Formats: sequence, C-alpha cells, structure tokens
Amino acid sequence: MTSFSRAIGAEFAKIGTTRMWWILAAVMFGYIALLAGGLSALFAGIESGVISPDAAGSGSQGLPAFGSLPPLIYSFASSIGYVFPVLLGALATTGEFRHQTLTPTFLANPRRGQVLGAKTIALFVVGALLGVVALLASVGVGALVISAFDLDPLLGEGATWALIGRTVLAMAVWSAIGVGLGVLVPSQVASIVIVLAFTQFVEPLLRFASLFTEVTQGIGNYLPGAASDALVGASFFTIAAPGGTAGAMLEWWQGGLVLLAYAVAATVIGYAVSWKRDVT
Amino acid sequence: MPDGAVIEFSNITKTFGGVTAVNDLSFTVEPGRVTGFLGPNGAGKTTTLRMLLGLVAPSSGSATIGGIRYRDLPRPLQTVGAALEAASFHPGRTARNHLAVYAVAAGLPAARIDAVLHTVGLSDHGAQRVGGYSLGMRQRLGLAFTLLGDPGVLVLDEPINGLDPEGIKWIRGFLRAMADEGRTVLVSSHLLSEVQQSVDDVIIIAAGALVHRGTLASLETEAAPRILVDSPDRQALATALGQAGIEFFTGRSGLLAAAPDTALIGHIAFLASVEVSALHRERRGLEEAFLALVNGGAPTNGIDSPSANADKGESR
Ligand SMILES: Nc1ncnc2c1ncn2[C@@H]1O[C@H](COP(=O)(O)OP(=O)(O)OP(=O)(O)O)[C@@H](O)[C@H]1O
Ligand SMILES: [Mg+2]
Repeated sequence: MTSFSRAIGAEFAKIGTTRMWWILAAVMFGYIALLAGGLSALFAGIESGVISPDAAGSGSQGLPAFGSLPPLIYSFASSIGYVFPVLLGALATTGEFRHQTLTPTFLANPRRGQVLGAKTIALFVVGALLGVVALLASVGVGALVISAFDLDPLLGEGATWALIGRTVLAMAVWSAIGVGLGVLVPSQVASIVIVLAFTQFVEPLLRFASLFTEVTQGIGNYLPGAASDALVGASFFTIAAPGGTAGAMLEWWQGGLVLLAYAVAATVIGYAVSWKRDVT
Repeated sequence: MPDGAVIEFSNITKTFGGVTAVNDLSFTVEPGRVTGFLGPNGAGKTTTLRMLLGLVAPSSGSATIGGIRYRDLPRPLQTVGAALEAASFHPGRTARNHLAVYAVAAGLPAARIDAVLHTVGLSDHGAQRVGGYSLGMRQRLGLAFTLLGDPGVLVLDEPINGLDPEGIKWIRGFLRAMADEGRTVLVSSHLLSEVQQSVDDVIIIAAGALVHRGTLASLETEAAPRILVDSPDRQALATALGQAGIEFFTGRSGLLAAAPDTALIGHIAFLASVEVSALHRERRGLEEAFLALVNGGAPTNGIDSPSANADKGESR
C-alpha cells in the first residue's frame, strides 16, 4: 500500500470512529423525510383533486408550473439536505484543529498535502453516502406518498434515475466543499456559523434577489446553491421563483463544474491559510 | 530490535512574530542514553521538539534524525515515536480507535495496538472513550502512540506531568529500559529533579539558547564551590570578608562566600579576630546548579548573582 492509500484509509477510520456522521445522517433523514412527505402530500393532493385548489390558498397558482411533481420532491435530497455534508466535511476538518489531532496526524504522515487530499477523497465518498441516505428519504417517502394519491412516481423514467445519480454527486462535492471551508476557517464555531448562515439565510436571499434582473440572474447562477441545483436538474427554489425562470439555470455539467471549482478553490486556499502552518 | 539514531540540531532558530523562541541552538542526542532536555517554562523546549518533528518550520537551521529531516523519513512512526505535551485526542474516540487511526496511516498491524496498550497499562481501558480519561491515562495513551511503530528514537515532551508516584516510577524504569536497548531517548522537563534519576546526559536551555550540555555529573562539578561561614557578630565578619576582597552574600544561616576552600575564610576571620560559629563548604545540589544556569548566571565561575538566590535568603 502506498502512503496515499494508507492516508485515505486513516481518514475513513477517523470518520467511522466518531458518532458525528450518523448523527448528521439521522437528522438529515428525518428532516428530508418530513418535508418530502408533507409537501408531496400537499401538492399531490392538489394535483389529484383530493385537496381543492381554493382550499390550498394562493400556493395553488404555481401548480401548473410543476409540470412534474416527483423530480421536485426527489431533489429535496440535495436542495434541502446539502447543508449536512457541508457540516460533516467542515466538522471533520476543524475537529483536527480543535482537538489538536493534527499533531498525531502529521507525525504519522508528514506529507500534509497528501493528508488533505486523502481527507477530501474520504469525505467525498462519505458525502455520496449521505446523498444515498438523503435520497432514501426524499425518493423513498416522496414516491410512497405520491403513489398513495394515485399519481405516477416516475420511478421507471431514466430521467428520474439520472437526477438521483446527479444528486449523489452533488452531495459528495458539497462534503468536499465542507473540507475546503474547514481549512479556510479552522475555527469550528466560526465554520458552523458560516455554514448555517450562508446556506439557510444568505444564499437563499441572494438567489432570490438576483432573479429580479437578467444580469444579476446570470451571476446568481454561479452561487454554489444555484450551481448545485443546476447539477441536480430540479429545485424547489427555481420553481418558487418569480416568473418560474428555471430555464435560465446552468447546464447540469456546468453546475457540477462550478460546484467543484468552489471545493477546489476553498481547499487550495485553505491549505495555505491553515493546513501548512506551524502546529503549536 | 530497532536501532537508535543520532538526533542533531544545527543552528536552529525559531521566531514567532517578533519573539525569538529558539535561538541558534545546536546539539546532538546520542543513542543508548537517556538525554534530559531541560529549561524553565517558556525556554523553548516544546518549540525545539516540534521543529525536530516537522510540526513547526524553523526560521533557520535544521534538525535531523539519523541525518534525515522528519518529513523526509520514509516510515516516520517506525523511526521516531513522539509524545508532545498537548493532549491530542478526539474525546469521542476510544483509545483503541485513536491508535487504530494512526496505525492505519503508518501501515502498522492492528496487533500493535493491543501490544502498546498493554505496555502502558491501559489494556482494560482500550474500549473507553478518551474524553473520560484522567490526565495520567492520557499521558499513558500518548506514550502508547509513541510506541506504536516500535521506533528506535523516542521524543517525549514532559511525559511525567500528571502521573502518580507509581506512574513516575514506572516511566523512569521504562526510559532506562528503552535506552539500554540501544534506543535514543530525548525527554524534556522543566524540573531537573523530575528526571535526574533517569537521565545520563542533560541539555539545558534558557530563553531559547543553550546554557549547558554534558553528563548529569558535569552539572555538579561545574557549579562553583561556596563556603558558608557564620559568626555571633555577623557585621564584623562581613566587614572582614569585604576588606579581604571576598564576594559574599547573606543567607539564612550565615554568609555565603565565594572561596575555593574553608581555610582561606577561617584565616581571614582569625586575622580580624572574629569568632566563627560555623564554617563549612556548601555542597550545592544538582537542582541549585540547574537553577543557577537557567537564571542566566555565568555557568562556570563566580558566585551566583544574588537575585538568582533570592529565594534562599536576603541579598546583601
Ligand atoms: N504559536 C506561538 N506563537 C507565538 N509564540 C509562541 C508560540 N509557541 C510558543 N511561543 C513562544 O515561544 C516561547 C517558547 O515556548 P515553548 O512552548 O517552546 O516553551 P517550553 O520550554 O516548552 O515551555 P513549558 O515548560 O512551559 O512547556 C515562549 O515564549 C512562547 O510564548
Ligand atoms: Mg513545553
């Protein structure tokens, strides 16, 4: 075994020997299952006529734009769940600073770039696993509820499975972004605050605001959350947007590359900012 | 049996911002011996050891193990075992898992984990989360990490901190056994008394600079002799010594004079007709010699500056 493959093994062992990953996975599953179940029941109810549009209030006016309900519900896995892999990546990285485990880590492998690369790969894989868990919630619960209303969950469609595959990829890249953020902002508390503030408040606001003019909309497409939605190919956000301008999103592969660029940039800059510094 | 290797520091310097933590330090550490690396708090011991281990980048100079820098070692954990003072554990990980992570990184067989836990006496606590460990148990786990790769070189930063008397006794025997097997053992402390029973050589630094190196015995012989003399009429005795040009200061039980032997002082008192109630050569302990060195006194000649002994008695 090369020292790089051993380093990757050690990073997997670090994740597997603490409780964080499954706590995050469990909370994420519950959160997504609840939203996917609840909203698919609401929309499927309206679409199938079980719930009358009048009773659903003003939300009913957007209904025709839904074209297809299942992809929207399934995409909750990443459009809502992406905060969890970011948190996992950031916690795994900032934890090394917080608990001073950088010392034994660098003693066991003094090639620091290699260690950071190994961490990114390990978190990428675990992020993909979180993606699978998130899809179990969004697709599993969503499809069940949609079927219950006698609508087609579209599970036989190739497009649905392409969306599922791209969701796994998006979640994996988000986890790598978390690693990048962790080296960029090694303070654990600051990192968590940034993740929560940015994903839950700042970015949604920016994305929404950017939709009002064409120029800002072009820029808004390059925000990480927008790029992620483009990669996955469907999003509650774009459908809820004024005028339903989903067509203006990046291509899925462009979105993927933009998201990857965020991960690489954060990691490379973070390497210089904190990772290669003195460990005292 | 792993071979010890020579540790060599050459002209190593580290400045943090404007503060010089380690200043142009050069020394070697030989295999088969226990070397104490001593200095008061803030002297630069930890910084020096971290530079040796590639954790802190020297501002200038270099540190090598068997001629190789740490980061260039092909198998670092199998070559050097290091325990640094900071408790570097994830509290949620068990001791066994903590070691397993680094065993994987270093390509060591899992059997080593149980072996080292047994060596440090933590076999019964391997499945316990480290967050619940006592300070002494953490120290032992740090030692277990050190031994994981069965290295020929041991670098231990203040390993005795937090150990109970039984643990201290154990670690002393352990250090000796490691050196007797031919390993290089470098152990830091801010207290000479803590390690004097187990070290062969001492390296003493103060304010980042080397102040003494040699065998433990060399410390004692380098300490300047001192004569304790007292009289019912101390004032008269002081005057006599002053007139004879002898340097001295007032201690709790008499005057401490810088003189090669008791005869000279006795003669001075006799000539001045001063009654002498005590006159003997004061044997300075290792600890006192150590304190004199690190408090910035000239190491080889003259009496210590009074301030260095302010705790021993009031100065003149
Ligand atoms: N990361 C850092 N940034 C700034 N100054 C530092 C840093 N690390 C150490 N120093 C300074 O370097 C000097 C030497 O510190 P060091 O920890 O090496 O001493 P030490 O001999 O190990 O002390 P102790 O016995 O207390 O452990 C001190 O003045 C300390 O304040
Ligand atoms: Mg120290």
